[in-house]
Amino acid sequence: MPRITVTVDGVGYEEEVEPRLLLVHLLRDTLGKTGTPIGCDTTNCGACTVLMDGKSVKSCSVLAVQADGSEITTVEGLSANGVWHPMQRAFHEEHALQCGFCTPGMIIAAIDLVRTDPDPDDATIREGLEGNLCRCTGYCNIVRAVRRGAQEMGVNTP
Amino acid sequence: MTEQLTREPATGEVGRARRRKEDARLITGRTQWTDNIHLPGMLHVAFLRSPMAHAKILRVDTSAARGLPGVVAVYSGEDFAAEQGSLPCAWPVSDDCVIPEHPPMAVSRVRYPGEAVACVVATDRYRAADALEAIEVDYEPLPAVLDMTGALTDAAPKVHESGNKAFTWKFAGGDIDAALQDAPVVVERTYVQQRLIPSAMEPRAVVATTDGDSFTLYSATQIPHILRVMAALTTGIPEHKLRVIAPDVGGGFGSKLQVTAEEILALLITRRLGRPVKWTESRSEGNLTVHHGRDQLQRITVAADRDGRLRGLKVDLLADMGAYLMLVTPGVPVLGAFMYNAIYKMDAYDFTCTGVFTTKMPTDAYRGAGRPEATFAIERIMDELAAELGLDPLDLRRRNWIAHEEFPYTTIAGLTYDSGNYEAATAKAMELFGYEELRAEQAARREAGDPVQLGIGVSTYTEMCGLAPSRVLGALAYSAGGWEHASVRMLPTGAVEVVTGTSPHGQGHVTSWSQIVADALGVPFEAVTVLHGDTAVSHKGMDTYGSRSLVVGGVAVLRACEKVKEKARRLAAHMLEAAAEDIEFDAGSFRVKGTSAAKSIQELAFAAFAAHNLPDGFEPRLDADATFDPENFSYPHGTHLCAVEVDTETGMSKIRSYVAVDDVGNVVNPLIVEGQVHGGLAQGIAQALYEEAVYDGEGNLLTTTMADYLLPTALDLPDFITDRTETPATTNPLGVKGVGEAGTIASTPAVVNAIVDALRPYGVTDVRMPCTPERVWRAIHGSSS
Amino acid sequence: MIPAAFDYARPSSLGDAVEALTDAGEDAKVLAGGQSLLPLLRLRLAYPTVLIDLGRVPELQGIADEGDHIRIGAMATHDDVVRSPLVNAACPLIALATATVADPAVRHRGTFGGALAHADPAGDLPAVALALDCVFLTRSASEGREIPAAEFFVDYLETAMDPGEILVAVKVPKLGAGWGYHYEKFHRTAQSWATVGVAAAVHRDDGTIQDVKVALTNMGSTPVRAGAVETAVRGLDPHDATSLAAACDQADQGTSPPADLHAQPDYRRHLARVLTRRAIRRAADLEPG
Repeated sequence: MPRITVTVDGVGYEEEVEPRLLLVHLLRDTLGKTGTPIGCDTTNCGACTVLMDGKSVKSCSVLAVQADGSEITTVEGLSANGVWHPMQRAFHEEHALQCGFCTPGMIIAAIDLVRTDPDPDDATIREGLEGNLCRCTGYCNIVRAVRRGAQEMGVNTP
Repeated sequence: MTEQLTREPATGEVGRARRRKEDARLITGRTQWTDNIHLPGMLHVAFLRSPMAHAKILRVDTSAARGLPGVVAVYSGEDFAAEQGSLPCAWPVSDDCVIPEHPPMAVSRVRYPGEAVACVVATDRYRAADALEAIEVDYEPLPAVLDMTGALTDAAPKVHESGNKAFTWKFAGGDIDAALQDAPVVVERTYVQQRLIPSAMEPRAVVATTDGDSFTLYSATQIPHILRVMAALTTGIPEHKLRVIAPDVGGGFGSKLQVTAEEILALLITRRLGRPVKWTESRSEGNLTVHHGRDQLQRITVAADRDGRLRGLKVDLLADMGAYLMLVTPGVPVLGAFMYNAIYKMDAYDFTCTGVFTTKMPTDAYRGAGRPEATFAIERIMDELAAELGLDPLDLRRRNWIAHEEFPYTTIAGLTYDSGNYEAATAKAMELFGYEELRAEQAARREAGDPVQLGIGVSTYTEMCGLAPSRVLGALAYSAGGWEHASVRMLPTGAVEVVTGTSPHGQGHVTSWSQIVADALGVPFEAVTVLHGDTAVSHKGMDTYGSRSLVVGGVAVLRACEKVKEKARRLAAHMLEAAAEDIEFDAGSFRVKGTSAAKSIQELAFAAFAAHNLPDGFEPRLDADATFDPENFSYPHGTHLCAVEVDTETGMSKIRSYVAVDDVGNVVNPLIVEGQVHGGLAQGIAQALYEEAVYDGEGNLLTTTMADYLLPTALDLPDFITDRTETPATTNPLGVKGVGEAGTIASTPAVVNAIVDALRPYGVTDVRMPCTPERVWRAIHGSSS
Repeated sequence: MIPAAFDYARPSSLGDAVEALTDAGEDAKVLAGGQSLLPLLRLRLAYPTVLIDLGRVPELQGIADEGDHIRIGAMATHDDVVRSPLVNAACPLIALATATVADPAVRHRGTFGGALAHADPAGDLPAVALALDCVFLTRSASEGREIPAAEFFVDYLETAMDPGEILVAVKVPKLGAGWGYHYEKFHRTAQSWATVGVAAAVHRDDGTIQDVKVALTNMGSTPVRAGAVETAVRGLDPHDATSLAAACDQADQGTSPPADLHAQPDYRRHLARVLTRRAIRRAADLEPG
């Protein structure tokens, strides 16, 4: 079995993995990083979105072996010293989650969006989130949260 | 929009836009979804599912699978036949209702694609999936039964030996023949409520474990309490030996209001193997086998006078049950029966529903459960009647709705609406929407022959929710009641522990209940914790569905608080050496009237705990249990207005603006209420425009993935404009009505009415849902596909 | 769901990749970005014995200016393409269409070459490559080939490449000044595949359309070049709405559109006509972007 090294939320791991092991199963089942959930089989829902070397990817559609040598950030790695990331705070303040199952992926996708567009308008936010499905909120509050999170990220990122 | 958030600030906790206590773990990934649970020695289950809609099972050969690496056990339906029982239906709606045996794992026959025929238990999910492919099953195909009308003919192949009719349920109010006879205007339509897949974001998951005597079942369920009763009855595990836990649950919308085959089989497997087992659904498995919603064929006839006054309404409904009756399958159309007459006065109403078996996934509750279907049909046909009479759709509604001074009002369907103000909600919605301006723009576009036409859709809905009243549910042949339970306990330090029988999965009960308790006991919002979703902690309850949690469960919390307060008053009187009736309560303090002598509720909590100086007979605790069972449903209502631009060249419909003014009575947390409305709108709009579960001619489900079953993204929905009127319910002390389903119930007809309104100049009188561009285009061009 | 087991190779040069693919035999599959392949594997709709991961092959990376064309490495991601100043300046139609592919996270992994080699006629990029007369550079153990787009797409999910052949890069001709571009994608939700798509490039001069290139997405088992429209549109004044519409009414000629959950063939034909007109008008800068 291939041996891979991967850094997840700042911690280095070395694992032997089956080639077919999905990155999301490496995170959840092997490493116990269950903050990242799985919502579909077809890259549609985006619940499993993580940052891989700084860019958003759907961890259900990346093999663990493809992530060899890379740095992964999940929703569990966003807070620093117990201080929420501005995007996490914005989701809380704007009531941008209900059941919360899509939230890890949604927050990661939002942070990725702000990486490339620090001051997105509503249309840009909606485009940036088209790969992340939410069944609870109707997206209005998510759009508001991303706008707010983007503003706060401009000021202050942990 | 956030109008309501900037209104006059609430003086207490109730009414404040409190940010949710639930969020912290959800936004940081410290969640406990069922699939996150890992127990020592845990095995993974994978199910082999029927690729056929309808077939005899001739042979299941599991031998090759048994020898594969990591495989611990392989079972077929025969292995469970003696112990698996039948999945329950708790709502035999009529005397003639046929409830067929529903084995959790098929033994000799499959009746829908996706029905479980075998399973593998293995050391991990990868090996379990591999071994499924080594199981051989021989089927003898039987004809699929797909079309409800055809299924009821004598020549139709039978889904069950008893035939394809599940039940007939009738209701009559007034003299329908008299109302229809010689009516100046009669409009008759047939509407199709397409089949929907609820699509909660969290797929189902189950973990079952046993210590050899007692069992624990973790499940992504809305109904841990009902599940415990039903699973005990089905498996024979004594109820007191079965604990059910709903950990974090990622949405339900009715789809997790079920007792599923996988839950029962997980218990049976752990009972056999003595090891913990987990099953987690894949999305494509879920699209096949999570119960579906809607799927009704509605023939509706309305009779009116020339001035638009309604005389009578006749509804003839076929409801697709799918292959079996599950927990409340037959009850869904029956719940709708009371809603067709909606907010309108009329002389007569006649309703007939026939439940039909087909070889499809069973249907059951999906957000609104019966009321969205009813509301759609009446609100659609009101627009058709308005067009027939040349009236503005809102004008026609005004001529027929119950005036606000007429409440309480007993409808032709026999319900008593306690309160409402349709005039106020409509006036507010029209103003926010710019109704007259949009009508002017519509006229201009029509005049100019603009290829992009504008349509305006109206929905003046009400609904019955807050399920509850146990007596009424009993009269409708539902097997259980609808009360709700709560415990409120003052802890020695002055913190408050609340136990609720509701089972939230996104609704924010922890936050809202904390607000109620904070006001009732005069304690800080932060000092309240709410426990739920575990039958060992919350020992009784009726769970969460039907927009009932606040209206029934929230009121139970309030009642328990009142009891705690009375105990505290007695203790305060004792400690302050005053008469109980001389103690007044304000903001957490019990004070002797006209003096400064007082005890805080926190002091009293500690005094009760210490028990050094209690009144005679006073138990050393400051806590109480309460249940609430209202005598009536509650009736949220509102006016939704939708403007749609229809590109007549391509058939594409785009929502330009959507205004929802809802009256859900008093509001505990406006932020949560707005969120519920938003989400409800999204699902109702999605039924109108995007979603449909499609089976092909052989009975195979084509929409098994999210690539085929289209859910709206952020780009496909507009920014909603929401506001409220507040007409308190008179049937509960909080004056609340429930908000979980209102948006879904109201929005579907608003959108379709708007599309049809845009296309009236083209002679279009209906577009089948979902209103795909192709269907709209064909409607314009008069061709069908 | 969970893929069936397979072996895995991760070559670090193009030579090694070709050799690994040849050695692995016909049940091997090339893994590019995996955004189409991994869902197929998870649904167990494909059972390769070996995956050859091209993710670390340097020869397949990069976007380069090569004079009269740009060369897009097969493993350039959609995100690389969308953000490439070179692509946006020299071949903006590629960037416009690529920005409509899937969503940002998928575009971070999915590759230009992978999407083209997958040859899904519902994909957005095959029609664009066809419209622009791109040239596909491939490599096998025995030879390197240059395959014109018109010959590359053979059938549904089938290209002119042999089993042992790897797509190395795509040459995208620079059309030069005076060209306008548009990719008109019609789909039911933001996530759904194009019901029909139209890639158009229009060269205007002296108020008339001098040249035009049009190809259609999801109108057959391969992307389809709308040759009849191109002929009919040349020389037209794009403001002449009647003539333009008449020309675009030929858009469905030579197509054989599929029937599926989202549309029947006659509706797709109708859409092709309407959307071709719109795409050409947009490319000719007559309608706001």
